[in-house]
Amino acid sequence: MEDKVKHQESVVAALKREELKWIKEKYRKRSRRKVRLSRSWQGDVFVIMVLVLFGAFSAYPLVFTIANSLKPLDEIFKFPPRLFPQHITFEHFVDLFNLIGNTQIPISRYLLNTILITLLGTIGHVFLASLCAYPLAKHKFPGKHLINQMVVYSLMFSAAVTMIPTYMISSWLGLIDSQLAIIIPAFGFSLGIFLMRQFINTIPDELLEAAKVDGANEYQIFFRIVMPLVKPAWLTLIILLFQQLWGTDGGNYIFTENLKPLSYALRQIVAGGVPRTGTAAAVTVIMLIVPITVFIINQSRVLDTMAHTGLK
Amino acid sequence: MNNLIEKKKKPRLWFQIKKNKVSYSMIAPFFLIFFTFTVLPVLMSFGLSFTSFDMLQTPKFIGLDNYINLFLNDEVFLIAVKNTFILAVITGPVSYIMAFVFAWLINELPRKIRWLMTLIFYAPSISGSAYLLWQLIFSSDMYGVLNATLMNLGITNAPILWLDTPKYALPILIIVQLWLSLGVSFLAFIAGLQTVDKTLYEAGAIDGVRNRWQELWYITLPQMKPQLMFGAVMQITSALGIAAVSINLLGFPSTEYSGHTIVTHLMDFGSTNSTRLEMGYASAIATVLFFIMLGTNLIVQKVIRRVGT
Repeated sequence: MEDKVKHQESVVAALKREELKWIKEKYRKRSRRKVRLSRSWQGDVFVIMVLVLFGAFSAYPLVFTIANSLKPLDEIFKFPPRLFPQHITFEHFVDLFNLIGNTQIPISRYLLNTILITLLGTIGHVFLASLCAYPLAKHKFPGKHLINQMVVYSLMFSAAVTMIPTYMISSWLGLIDSQLAIIIPAFGFSLGIFLMRQFINTIPDELLEAAKVDGANEYQIFFRIVMPLVKPAWLTLIILLFQQLWGTDGGNYIFTENLKPLSYALRQIVAGGVPRTGTAAAVTVIMLIVPITVFIINQSRVLDTMAHTGLK
Repeated sequence: MNNLIEKKKKPRLWFQIKKNKVSYSMIAPFFLIFFTFTVLPVLMSFGLSFTSFDMLQTPKFIGLDNYINLFLNDEVFLIAVKNTFILAVITGPVSYIMAFVFAWLINELPRKIRWLMTLIFYAPSISGSAYLLWQLIFSSDMYGVLNATLMNLGITNAPILWLDTPKYALPILIIVQLWLSLGVSFLAFIAGLQTVDKTLYEAGAIDGVRNRWQELWYITLPQMKPQLMFGAVMQITSALGIAAVSINLLGFPSTEYSGHTIVTHLMDFGSTNSTRLEMGYASAIATVLFFIMLGTNLIVQKVIRRVGT
């Protein structure tokens, strides 16, 4: 009896050591020692110029929109246009929330739909993809190679290819005109499972073996060891899927007006033409500020996962 | 003899499957959805491409007729193919190289600046439908930023109809697509560069690597091969799949089909909003696109395998 307890304790200790080692390696602060490699100052100047130029190209449209959303209407239509507002106003954001859509639906309703689709889709995907990626990375069973191969090949074509059959399948399953038509296919997002599998591959087998010796079953191993360790990968999956779902306009799947997402409403407002220019800028800002904030918060952890994305 | 081997093999496979039923139970939920919405549609699309089908009646088998019509009788399809190839040949490699070069250039910057530059370059690709704001820039009246700037500088004296003039269609699509294109592969490159062993560079400097270009070719690129392959897949797939930008900026259909691509052609026949509802024909387009995407990816992967060797 005592022996068994002792054995268990030693296993737990070994497990902790192994885990610490792995985590340390993963999050090791990169050495701060500066090695001056073969660099010329002309090269540095050139690099900085290129970065500033293209950085401006990349940032300009976004900055311009944010600035526009804060300008009073007369300033938006000033000729020649100026980038930064002279008098900052939030009237467009206020207008936006008072604006009623073509069929009497308030903007907040569209926003709520988008939040619902995004949250359910992302959470479901992260959970199911992690659960599936664990055996695909760490177990041996017939069919594993085939499934892995399917996942890699599925990265090689875009969703447009499967548009028609996907619509037919959704309609057979009775998903048409429901937000589930967007949410359920999102669970099967193939880039997510690919990244998750690559990340789980890097977990040392000893860690899992130790838990197995300890008598944990596969589900316990998954929930207690694998899940906590792949948190950085969750964030990556969340960012990638989040921005897709956040931008979805419901496509051909949702007809009922009060089920439609925000991106659809945005298009209607932009189509409203010149008098809506300020409000359109405000919606665009709302559409882009959320995914960007999510990315800002998680950038370093996302990069940590992306290091393991390689294809062989 | 053969029979004997098969008899022996079968129970063993079954035994293996039974032994691993936990693994299968973990895979099942995701895989079922993945199969239903990704794998099965490819197979169905392939099957439907040999039929005439309007969503209402059962599909009627018509052999290769769809493909024959597509390549011999559909002039618009040929325009779409031409546009798609022009767009892909330019935006694919340029965006791929841009993603790598920017990742490489910002890799040596101090941490905080690197963080900011990553954000600036990556932001457009996650900002969803925010590319609609290019409409304001290319807007056809004098309030459009580009028109206003050109008129203000005295280069033109009347607004140009950027989005409605066929000769500007492809350049505009290329600019917007490049703006959007520093996506997942850019992140993969940044991450990959940070994992390259720093001591290799020091060793290289001692061994006579003289400048950053040599360093790039002899040390960095070979070390990054897996990420380079992944990035290529991402960029190729998106370069060949350009559609949303064209539809939303240039209209659908665009003036004289100047911004028509294979995917917009597919939507013209296959979208449930379309009046044509020729699903068999659209499936043939989808199948052609599928093989173009897959083929390009596999060829480019072969090429990248040779980098640095």
